Amino acid sequence: MGLDFTVVPDYFGMLLMGMGWTIAITIGAGLLSFFGGIAFAVTALYGHWAIRLPVRLFAWLFMGTPLLLQLFLIYFGLIQIGIDLPAFVAGVIGLGLHFAVYNSELIQASILAVDKGQYEGARTLGLSRGQTLRRIVIPQAVQAVIPPMGNNMIALLKDSALVSVIGVAELTLAAQQAISRTYRPFEFYLAAAFCYYIINLALEAGLRRLERRIAASR
Amino acid sequence: MLRVYPFFLEAALVTVHLSVLTCILGLACGALGASMRLSRLAFLRWIAAAYVSLFRGTPALIQVFILYFGGPQIGIQLDAFAAGTIALGVNIGAYMTETIRGAIVSVDRGQTEAARTLGMSRWQSMRKVVLPQAARMMIRPLGVNINALIKGTALLAPISVVELTQTAQRFIGSTYKPFEMFLLAGILYMIFIYVVGQGINWLDRRARIT
Repeated sequence: MGLDFTVVPDYFGMLLMGMGWTIAITIGAGLLSFFGGIAFAVTALYGHWAIRLPVRLFAWLFMGTPLLLQLFLIYFGLIQIGIDLPAFVAGVIGLGLHFAVYNSELIQASILAVDKGQYEGARTLGLSRGQTLRRIVIPQAVQAVIPPMGNNMIALLKDSALVSVIGVAELTLAAQQAISRTYRPFEFYLAAAFCYYIINLALEAGLRRLERRIAASR
Repeated sequence: MLRVYPFFLEAALVTVHLSVLTCILGLACGALGASMRLSRLAFLRWIAAAYVSLFRGTPALIQVFILYFGGPQIGIQLDAFAAGTIALGVNIGAYMTETIRGAIVSVDRGQTEAARTLGMSRWQSMRKVVLPQAARMMIRPLGVNINALIKGTALLAPISVVELTQTAQRFIGSTYKPFEMFLLAGILYMIFIYVVGQGINWLDRRARIT
């Protein structure tokens, strides 16, 4: 059974749909990981110990275990306690929380590195503690870690393939569906890899532009 | 609950076994890739750059699937364990290529120039002057790669390698205790990662020039 790539164009629409879902998941989980990362970072640094400790424990658990295991926990585990999330939502939450933890580590270090004078200056001008954090410290801290957070976004795009395992019809699952009809795994997985590569290149180019703009605005 | 422990312990050993093999293969691919990236021959540099870009630019899961499910079509018939180990090893090798290359190029150029001026050949200056310094610098970043690799072995659950995540998944299905199964597998992963992390810290401390 040799290779025959001529069957691939017949399933072009299916792969394109899958690509669309992969992009949607990446954007959804990316946003969650961005804002979740900021929220975790602020809580871990400034929160009351009663919320700080659980957040730290959660971060520690999520950094030390595989993403796939976390997806199983969220998808099957929440059904167990009566929360039946659609696979797509479970996938976005799982991916988003996983990378929020990684982003949070970056942001925490960055917040601590913001010059103390910035904080003192803002307080002297009459801003409250919360205002100082929200308007002065966090914007600077987040901007400084855009490049490494961009790398996390690229990792997120590739790890989005894992949600196929809980049945989200993204690119990897679209390829699997085409394979179940044609019995041509090599061709379709390669086609899927090609699609991921294209999205990846586009994302990298976008991130580079963003970094240049941030560098220019300073 | 008690009857699942032996299965988890056995699965943890499979995860350790997988990680060790993947790590060895990854380091070999990384060393080869890095030396090609630094080669004087343009086509070797080009091949290594393509290797890094393609394997880092696509999901590891897809790479595992291509080798395991697609392999037989091009005459490569491997069982799930072998196919998974090879795919993950070559994948992490692409990341290690960049780690190793990064450490080598971060050694001050003056070191090579001085060695060459003293009459050493290109290879001698690399082996006796640059590599010993680069090796110290790559321990920590390679540790990060190894940490990722250990968690990455979970990707072999979908091709039914009986490692920790697959075992947790199997028992979630049969016991309906997802949180307990997750915690059990999670704790075993964290113990393994902790031990490996301590080993890397120890190596890093020993390698420091005091």
